[in-house]
Amino acid sequence: MLKKDGVPSPEELEGVKPSQERLEEGPVVIVECMQEIPCDPCYYACPKEAFRPFGDINEKPEIDYEKCNGCSICIANCPGLAIFVLDYNYSEKEGLLKIPYELKPLPEKEEKVIVLNRAGEEIGKGRVVQVLNTKKQDRTAIISIAVPKEILMDARHIRLIRGSTDEG
Amino acid sequence: MRQTDLAIIGAGPAGLAAALEAATAGAKVILLERDEWLGGQLVKQTHQFFGSKKEFAGMRGIDIATHFSEQIEKNKDIEVFTGATALGYYEDGVLTAAYSGRMLKIKPKTMLVASGAMEKMIPFNNNDLPGVYGAGAVQTLMNVYGVAPGKRVLMVGAGNIGLIVSYQLMQAGIEVEAIIEGSSQVGGYWVHASKIRRMGVPILTNHTILKAIGEEKVEGALITEIDENWKPLEGTEREVSVDNICLAVGLSPLAELLWQAGCQMEFSPQLGGYVPVRDEDLETSQEGIYIAGDVAGIEEATSAILEGQLAGISAARKMGFAVEDKKIEQIKENLKSLRAGPVGEHIRQGLAQVER
Amino acid sequence: MRIKDHPILSFAEGKKVEFTFEGKILTGKEGEPIAAALHDAGIRVLRHSPRHNRPRGFFCAIGNCSSCLMVVDGKPNVKVCVTPLQEGMRVQYQKGKGDINAAN
Ligand SMILES: Cc1cc2nc3c(=O)[nH]c(=O)nc-3n(C[C@H](O)[C@H](O)[C@H](O)COP(=O)(O)OP(=O)(O)OC[C@H]3O[C@@H](n4cnc5c(N)ncnc54)[C@H](O)[C@@H]3O)c2cc1C
Repeated sequence: MLKKDGVPSPEELEGVKPSQERLEEGPVVIVECMQEIPCDPCYYACPKEAFRPFGDINEKPEIDYEKCNGCSICIANCPGLAIFVLDYNYSEKEGLLKIPYELKPLPEKEEKVIVLNRAGEEIGKGRVVQVLNTKKQDRTAIISIAVPKEILMDARHIRLIRGSTDEG
Repeated sequence: MRQTDLAIIGAGPAGLAAALEAATAGAKVILLERDEWLGGQLVKQTHQFFGSKKEFAGMRGIDIATHFSEQIEKNKDIEVFTGATALGYYEDGVLTAAYSGRMLKIKPKTMLVASGAMEKMIPFNNNDLPGVYGAGAVQTLMNVYGVAPGKRVLMVGAGNIGLIVSYQLMQAGIEVEAIIEGSSQVGGYWVHASKIRRMGVPILTNHTILKAIGEEKVEGALITEIDENWKPLEGTEREVSVDNICLAVGLSPLAELLWQAGCQMEFSPQLGGYVPVRDEDLETSQEGIYIAGDVAGIEEATSAILEGQLAGISAARKMGFAVEDKKIEQIKENLKSLRAGPVGEHIRQGLAQVER
Repeated sequence: MRIKDHPILSFAEGKKVEFTFEGKILTGKEGEPIAAALHDAGIRVLRHSPRHNRPRGFFCAIGNCSSCLMVVDGKPNVKVCVTPLQEGMRVQYQKGKGDINAAN
């Protein structure tokens, strides 16, 4: 449970997941912001106006998944690093996960990485497909990782294999 | 003796915002800052800020500090003294400060205290051992001076500061053994907790530290699970191997000058300790003495900026400078909406108690 | 230990200067607090408390507490967490409350 240990329970997650149909239609955002806090940059970041305007800045973000095309601009604009983009149909067996990443060294394209879930536990391996770190992102890199479809909904972070001490 | 319209003590977000607003309204400002740089807490904060995009949300604290400093330096009506520690405020309205080995004397028409806060300490065995640091010190060492505070850290406290500094430690390549938290809940924003959790750092609620282990410096810590009354649960004690224990157990307002100036003070647990009674324009019970930021109640940077604006502009108005009422109303409105949510509840409660 | 590769920050190289700590030659960056240079060199104990002789180290980093008082160039009670490092400084442990007459 989030307030107990920072890991959302399945029930908590239910509230922020796009529907399975929407997932299968193509790239889409998942905004894991489940607490009312005073924050609104996501709304201003979205070129598609997929985030509903905030009436009160403390409201949780509400997303119109029909407007979202998974463009990923919001990822680096979220101060809480709580936004991810999922492409369920990336390939036959793999889904594509895009995460914000503010660590050094950055992974490289084609690099194999350990995939972690929301509790930091290893749940498989993934392959880095793209590393984006433009000036606009202001030092929050966006890493795209191809992961087995089965773990796409649980995968939320990566650990590099090179130089990894594998504790954690 | 220097004369000025407004003397501001502290150049954190509150003091900086106040200086700009007051100067824009036409006031002459003297800004005193103990550190050698402007920005207060902001200069250590590498993360993007929350709050409203209309203010600075989405910008990193370090960049907000630069943004303000540049504007302040350009402004001819603001005289800045860095490395200047305000020492005392006397009955005749004179403010003194220690500044490069000498004493500055200032007689301002109005004064704003924006001195921020200091860190709280908690009792445990050996809490004076080298290697037990406040979270602010850890941040300063690693983010301002680029020196690693240790190799492996135990973080005490899962409020926003404990969570954010843990994240910053990981960014600096330093391991975090765990974050321990005495209460049964994460006090900081859940998104901060989640981002450190998925990196593999455990957050142990209902846990506390009993002892720092080591002779000359920290070599470990003894931690334990506790019940709702903070009583250790037998058999749950364990040792962790760390060379740094970082305390992020809360802040309390740095209000000495306000006590000295005779401002009416009141204890407010929600606001972090003793804070001055104030009116809705942030004037204290002493006429012409204003407050803004953490010294007025521990909150965050966006509210510190807004309070700074409000106090700066109110002080200017008090001295007869032309100020648009609309502008003041707008700032108050922004503050109100920032505090309107559930995480602002304790602030609303605290303010209800000290606002007259 | 210095932080080298940081995702958000870049630290200025700075001018390297030599200074002594208890007679040992160390290097640090000019202008950084003496305490930062000592910390980088792995020195954690900065003084001993006058009454109970307990080790004391870096603590507040802003010149508030008195955990880091040392003797610098013969002068006692220097807060090394806020005192800029300069070439050739002599940094020493201080005995007890420090003796101003010992300054030379
Ligand atoms: C780790 C951490 C993370 C945070 N993250 C966020 C966040 O994400 N979003 C957010 O909104 N807020 C955040 N905050 C809170 C925010 O930094 C503070 O609320 C804010 O800095 C308060 O502003 P201030 O101007 O009142 O005080 P400060 O920034 O503390 O500035 C006070 C200044 O006064 C100076 N001073 C004190 N006494 C004297 C004296 N006698 N003479 C001269 N100068 C003096 C001090 O040196 C200091 O520079 C965070 C704080 C910390 C510690």
